[in-house]
Order: sequence, then structure tokens, then C-alpha cells
Amino acid sequence: MDWVQGIVEYIPANAALLRELTGNHLVQSILPIVFGVLIAVPLAQIARLNQPAGAVMLTASSLLYTIPSLAMFVFLPLVLGTSILSMVNVVVALTIYAVALLMRSTVDALNSIDDGVRQAAVAMGYTPLRRFLTVDLPLSVPVLIAGVRVISVTNISMVSVGALIGVPSLGRLFTDGLTRNYPEQIAVGILVTLLLALVLDLLLVLLERGLTPWTRATPARTARAAALEARTVAA
Amino acid sequence: MTSLEQSSGPLPMIRFNGITKTYDGGRPAVDDLSMDIDRGRITVFVGPSGCGKTTSLRMINRMVEPTSGTILLDGQDVALQKAAELRRSMGYVMQSSGLMPHRSVIDNIATVPRLNGVPRAEARARATELLDVVGLASELGRRYPGQLSGGQQQRVGVARALAADPPVLLMDEPFSAVDPVVRAELQEELLRLQRDLAKTIVFVTHDIDEATILGDKVAVFAVGGRLAQFAAPEEILRAPVDDFVAGFVGRDRGFRHLSFQQGDHVTVHPIETIEVDQLADPTVSVRSAWTLLVDADGRPHGWVPQATRGSIATQADAVPGGSLYTRGDTLRRALDAALSSPSGLGVAVDDDGRAIGVVRAAEVFELIERARLDRGRADHNTAV
Ligand SMILES: Nc1ncnc2c1ncn2[C@@H]1O[C@H](COP(=O)(O)OP(=O)(O)O)[C@@H](O)[C@H]1O
Ligand SMILES: [Mg+2]
Repeated sequence: MDWVQGIVEYIPANAALLRELTGNHLVQSILPIVFGVLIAVPLAQIARLNQPAGAVMLTASSLLYTIPSLAMFVFLPLVLGTSILSMVNVVVALTIYAVALLMRSTVDALNSIDDGVRQAAVAMGYTPLRRFLTVDLPLSVPVLIAGVRVISVTNISMVSVGALIGVPSLGRLFTDGLTRNYPEQIAVGILVTLLLALVLDLLLVLLERGLTPWTRATPARTARAAALEARTVAA
Repeated sequence: MTSLEQSSGPLPMIRFNGITKTYDGGRPAVDDLSMDIDRGRITVFVGPSGCGKTTSLRMINRMVEPTSGTILLDGQDVALQKAAELRRSMGYVMQSSGLMPHRSVIDNIATVPRLNGVPRAEARARATELLDVVGLASELGRRYPGQLSGGQQQRVGVARALAADPPVLLMDEPFSAVDPVVRAELQEELLRLQRDLAKTIVFVTHDIDEATILGDKVAVFAVGGRLAQFAAPEEILRAPVDDFVAGFVGRDRGFRHLSFQQGDHVTVHPIETIEVDQLADPTVSVRSAWTLLVDADGRPHGWVPQATRGSIATQADAVPGGSLYTRGDTLRRALDAALSSPSGLGVAVDDDGRAIGVVRAAEVFELIERARLDRGRADHNTAV
């Protein structure tokens, strides 16, 4: 019971710190998702249009995914010339993972589009770019967002790893709580992280619903639809 | 220019000029195809699967590029035009409706005008009108394609192809995936639309019945991408040029074949006539139950039943006649004329439209029956 009370008291007492760390944490989780999508989608299209290069790109991206995150956080400042404490390192590292994961699922999504729809778009006189942006991409949204949801959850937990080398995030509540033997702080860290992951996931679900109204329009014909059809046939 | 002006007749809408298409390495999918497609008419490509119909169609809008030869659209080489713009100038309807699942029906129909830069509101207004043209309730416009039946989707596909009012429609087996009842309905409506719109339609099908119903001209393709025969449907049915066409048209097609059979030997009986001028003259009497009303040139204008002779004083009072049978027409036309006439007598006219007599339904039936029996016997003989 003391335990619960400790947690409840911790939050208002450290509100400013929590707010700052949560902000840092969100920036480091969300930016890689945005950059990841912006980079992975065009790369996926290039990989599809250019088969041999595409195979190499997909293999390379899988390999990138196997590099441990801590190694990446330590290694990147050497390449980028950033400070080891900079959030940029985490953002870049997580963007690389995001691209690696999204590229494959985007290629699959684009490949799964009904060939009849694609042929029709060509026949209607779409230019390739316009077709990609207004036909292929919207139809890939469900698969794309499924990938993004995986990344969002992964990022929320991976950002904490940066705290090991001193990059500010909710992970600091763990490192700090460990050195100070302060279990309430660790518990709050876990709670807030969990909450962030849930909220972000919920937002992504809502985003998908907003972007794909057609997937919920039931093909099963309602009585109204049947009535309309009967009228059509009679006309 | 020069080569076109040398050719006789009006400029064809589409001209295939020695077109060959070979997909990598294989045998030609289309082999040295040359043909003219008439403006404002329905030209049907028919033939078994794999004989190059789709390939030929898609070379018109450059979805497929020919290996050699040229295609002229309205006299202009299509290879010199921008592919995307060329395609927007032709409607395209395919077997799977190919509608965009993420767009409402209205926005699907508005696709090409939107690509051409027409403002959204205007494009949607036009799309709504087109729903009506293809016989769909306007409420359906807000639905997604996945919420429509197969037949409705094909109608939307046709509306989409018509949206930018292109002079040319390319249709690739558009009705093959719907059930026969809906197919017949869609065929009928296409013909109805075509009467108003007079588009140049190139229609691909593997179904010879559909080809003869829809086509003003029918091109029969043979395996290997060879154009076997290109003629009016009656001629293809009556006089197939070779065994391939004969086999494809089929031997077991008695009735349709007969309906195209020349009706030369239908007996034309004399008929009593009365001129329009004589209607008001009480001294001119009639003896037959039905008297044919004709003008000074002898053209038919309806019927005067004996019982009403006294009360019919002008042409407008006469009982309207049915369809006319011109000597040399098919038996089907003769039957039509007889069955559509109020007197039960089909009016036969000469080439100038002057009445020459009447044909009787019973006699036409008898001819059809006799010809059917003859044909059956011939088939039996070849089978033995
Ligand atoms: N994209 C393609 N690549 C290779 N071969 C093709 C392609 N499209 C069609 N073919 C071949 O060309 C021939 C004609 O095909 P197609 O024009 O589709 O015939 P149809 O429409 O009459 O059924 C077939 O043998 C088919 O296998
Ligand atoms: Mg085909």
C-alpha cells in the first residue's frame, strides 16, 4: 500500500520533470515514424520498379534491422559528428529501423493492389506519379499503418535505451531509479511508457479509420441497397 | 496525309496499318493486322481466348506498344501522342470493373474529367447525370464500388468511360463476368446509348452471339493473332470465309442463322389500296376488310378497316401500320412486318419505299420451319 501511495505522491511532486521527459520521449518516438514513412514509401516504389536493385535494398534493410540499438546509439555520433547526448542519434537510429521495417511491408502492400484497378488507372490516363500518389498509396494505407503501429510500440520502448548513454527520455526514470534504488520512480516510468504506447496506438487506429472509410462500407447488401437495386433493374 | 487521301471513303476513326505485336521471344500475339474502324459504329473483335483481341485493343490507347506497324487515330499516328493524354481521349471499360475501391461511385465516374482539370463540383455534377444515363439511381453515387452488384459495377464502368465524352470507347469483355440475364440487359442498354451517342466503339468479346447482337461490323480473330474475317455480322454468319470462322460461328446455330437468311422467296400478295386524296371522296368504296392507305407516290401510310371507312377522312385518322419489309430483307424482318401490322399483313415495299403488296405471317413461319429442317438435315449429313 505504501508502494501505491509512493507512486501517487511521486507524480505531482515531479510533474515538471515528468512533463519534460515525456516530451523528449515523444519527440524521439514520433519523428522516426514520420521520417521512416517519408523515406520508406518512395524507396519501396523504387524497389518495386527496379527488381534487381529492389532485392539488394530489401536484403540490406533486413541486415540493418539486426544491429543492436545500443551499438547504433554509440556508433552514430561518430558518423554524424553529433554529441553522444544528442537526441538526434536516437532519432536517426530509430528512423533507420523504421525504414527497414516499413520498406518491406510497403512493397507487399503495393504488390497486393488488385491488378484490375491498376490497369484501369493506366487506361484512364493517370500519369505514373499521380497514380502512385492517388491510387496506389491510399490503397496501401491499411498495410502501411499496420507496420507503423508495430514501429510506434517498438520505438516507445527503444527510446528508453538511449537513457543508458545519457540521452534524456522516460528511460532516465529507470536508470536514475536504479542507481538511487527508488522503485516508485521506476514504476512511474513503466506506467507512463505504457500509457504513451497505448495512446499512440489508439491515435494510429483512429488515423487509419479516417483514411480508409471504404474498408468499413459493408459489401453485404442492406435492405435499402436491395431496394435500390430492384428499382435499377426495373428502370 | 497523302496515303490517307488516296484511300476511298471517309477517314476511318481508327486504322490499323500492318500491326504486329510479339511479346518477348514468343510467337506473334497479333500478326500483320490491317483494318479500318468506322466512325460512330460498333466494331466487335471476336475470337477464342488468346488470339490477340485484348492486345489489339490495348495498342489503340498505347497500353501495349506494337512491335511494328502504325495505328492512326483520326489520321494521326498514336505513337506520336502523349500516352496519358491519348488515353484520356478514349473511354475504357474492362471485364473486372476496375473501379477504384477507395473512391465513391460518383468520384469514380468523375475520374477522367478530374484528370483533365475539371473542377470537382462540376465533374461530380456531370457524374451524377451519367448515373441516370446508365440507369442507376442517384443514391448509389455515394456508395463505394464494393457495395454494388456486379451488373451495377459494370454500369458505373460504362459511365466512367463516358464521363469526358470521348469520341472513342474501348470495351474489353465488359459484360463477360455478369450473369446472362444482366448481360442481355446491358447489351440492350449499350445499343440504346449508342443510338443517342454514336461513339466509335471497339468491343472485345469471345462470344459470337454477343458479337452479332452488338456489332455493326465483326472482326473474327483466329489463333495466332490473324484476322480471319472482317464483315457485317449477317455476312459472317451466312458466308464464313474459311473453316476456322465456320467452326467458330458454329453449326448448331440454326435459328439465328435462319433469321439472317434472305427472304427472297417469301410470297408477296397483292393488296387493295386507297390514296390519301380519295379518303374524303364518298364515291370511292372499299371491299377488303383492310385497305392500305398510300400517298400519291404509293408509299404506305397506315390502314383503313372496312368498318370505319366512312369515319376516316384524313391520313391522321388511319390505323398506323407496322414495320416494313423490303424485298430481299431477312426472314426475321418479314416476320416482324407481319406480326407488327394491325391487319396481320406485313407491308412489302420496293427499294424506293413504294408498297408492292403484303406478306402473311403463316407463310413466313412455314419458310423458317422448312429452312430449319433443311439445315438440320445438312448438319446430320456432315456429321455422318
Ligand atoms: N503482357 C504479356 N506478356 C506476354 N505475353 C502476353 C502478354 N499479354 C498477352 N500475351 C500473350 O499474347 C497472346 C494474346 O493475348 P490477348 O491479347 O490477351 O488475347 P485475347 O484477349 O484474345 O484473349 C496470348 O498468347 C497471351 O498469352
Ligand atoms: Mg482478352
